[in-house]
Amino acid sequence: MSDGFRPQVSRYTTGARLNHWVTAISLILLAISGLALFHPSLFGLTALFGGGSNTRALHPWIGVVLFFSFLGLFFRFWKLNLWNKDDAKWMANLDSVMKGDEEKVPEIGKYNAGQKMVFWGMSILILALITSGVVIWDQYFYAYTTIDQKRIAVLVHAVCGIGAITIWIVHVYAAIWVRGTISAMTKGTVTAGWAYRHHRKWLREEARNKATPAE
Amino acid sequence: MATLEIARQSATRGGITGALPLKDTFEVAKLIDVSKCIGCKACQTACLEWNDLRETVGVNVGVYDNPHDLTENSWTLMRYTEWDNPETGRLEWLIRKDGCMHCADPGCLKACPSPGAIVQYTNGIVDFQKDACIGCGYCVKGCPFNIPRISKATEKAYKCTLCVDRVSVGQGPACAKACPTQAISFGTKAQMKDLAQKRIKDLTSRGYKNAGLYDPPGVGGTHVMYVLHHADKPQVYASLPGNDVKISPVVELWKGVTKYAGMGLIAFAAVAGAVHHLIVGANRVTEHDEQEGKKTLDGKIKESA
Ligand code: HEM
Ligand code: SF4
Ligand code: SF4
Repeated sequence: MSDGFRPQVSRYTTGARLNHWVTAISLILLAISGLALFHPSLFGLTALFGGGSNTRALHPWIGVVLFFSFLGLFFRFWKLNLWNKDDAKWMANLDSVMKGDEEKVPEIGKYNAGQKMVFWGMSILILALITSGVVIWDQYFYAYTTIDQKRIAVLVHAVCGIGAITIWIVHVYAAIWVRGTISAMTKGTVTAGWAYRHHRKWLREEARNKATPAE
Repeated sequence: MATLEIARQSATRGGITGALPLKDTFEVAKLIDVSKCIGCKACQTACLEWNDLRETVGVNVGVYDNPHDLTENSWTLMRYTEWDNPETGRLEWLIRKDGCMHCADPGCLKACPSPGAIVQYTNGIVDFQKDACIGCGYCVKGCPFNIPRISKATEKAYKCTLCVDRVSVGQGPACAKACPTQAISFGTKAQMKDLAQKRIKDLTSRGYKNAGLYDPPGVGGTHVMYVLHHADKPQVYASLPGNDVKISPVVELWKGVTKYAGMGLIAFAAVAGAVHHLIVGANRVTEHDEQEGKKTLDGKIKESA
């Protein structure tokens, strides 16, 4: 089959992709600006934001963008990320998954257990990050909490930030390792072969109700 | 301060010259004898004057404390407590000059993320460097004495400098110079400890059996020390932290293991990805997958048509 003739399956609407890219860009900016303040060896990254003071001032605002943007993704995707019995089977076959040998793994719907864990992990961490982030946003919210509470919040924030960055690495690595995935976010479509290989149950559903737009 | 050597600075391993120790012979200290203070606030005024600061006119709520708290302009503040001594049944008027303690192990410096925004000189003075400060308020969270204040106007942190600019040219702090009762003394730390012992002896002889020196070891000792008539209960002096004060364990955790574990985890995730890719190789869609995929798609279309 020549490249141009590969049938495509629609995976994301333009709205969903836009929503995703806003989230992705703000998360990366947050990770860079956050890490700059997290470890002295990375303080130099503040130069990307116009110095330390600007980094400190911008980071929480980007956090607000991330929060609302992620909220959009959450409401778009939460239903599809509910845990089901296929997920337990997928998890039980994690070693085959890691070897890229998916024929041994049961057929999977739109999202596999790994993707669902990224989704829920990020949901929880971003909620914890905005909450703890506001507590340590001294410029506007200093008066509302005690110093002891701020100490706990800054620790929680740092730990959750590291957690979010780690999940992000897993997420991006998965998208790179599983070739053919990135077009889902650049073009909104994947090839039928990709869907067959990784999300066969979803492909069958798509085939059944082609009239319904994808989300 | 060209004449002072830096022992440590924030967000930097060691000092800029490689972790100089504080020098015993050179360590300075301010001794505040609470029992001699008459609460005149000459020191507070001298501080404003020497540092060219202005405090906004406040509101009188019926207490002597003015302003009500330390601010970015008031780096020292007289705090007044009316204390009912349960042992004697007498009302005691306790007056404490609050301000930076210049800890040997400063929580502010430990917490600060900006290299060089907080420095500690070998004479023990802890000083904020406005140019490097980014106004994040981490020092506020790090300090066990609730001292630094962030200015809304400049978005920088401020606190007592121990008049480092005066000390570096051989002068004592402005507050010590202004005090009419010599409740504030300045010298080497050793001299100040000696002086404190004399004062404690005097106070003990006058019935203050718990008189003592406040130089809390949990922060490595301080370069601002108090002589207290009730050294067993520092808390009665407008909530001065107890003798066991130390940097909060939450701050130690945040600035200690979290940093190493956090960087380690991120590095591990990145390396694990690279190694996995090297071993397993790309997970590619095969020609077979594409054909089966097309069939699935087409087959079902026929079915639903
Ligand atoms: C969701 C809303 C968020 C808000 C309101 C927020 C707010 C803050 C604030 C106020 C600080 C202190 C420094 C400053 O003032 O800039 C901070 C630090 C930090 N943030 Fe966020 N943030 C958010 C999201 C995130 C995210 C998503 C990440 C990671 C991807 C992150 C990682 C960090 C890190 C690593 C630090 C440094 C912590 C430390 O110094 O130990 N933040 N954040
Ligand atoms: S009292 Fe607070 S601000 Fe002063 S040196 Fe100690 S930790 Fe830093
Ligand atoms: S406010 Fe300034 S001095 Fe305080 S921790 Fe942040 S950068 Fe350091």
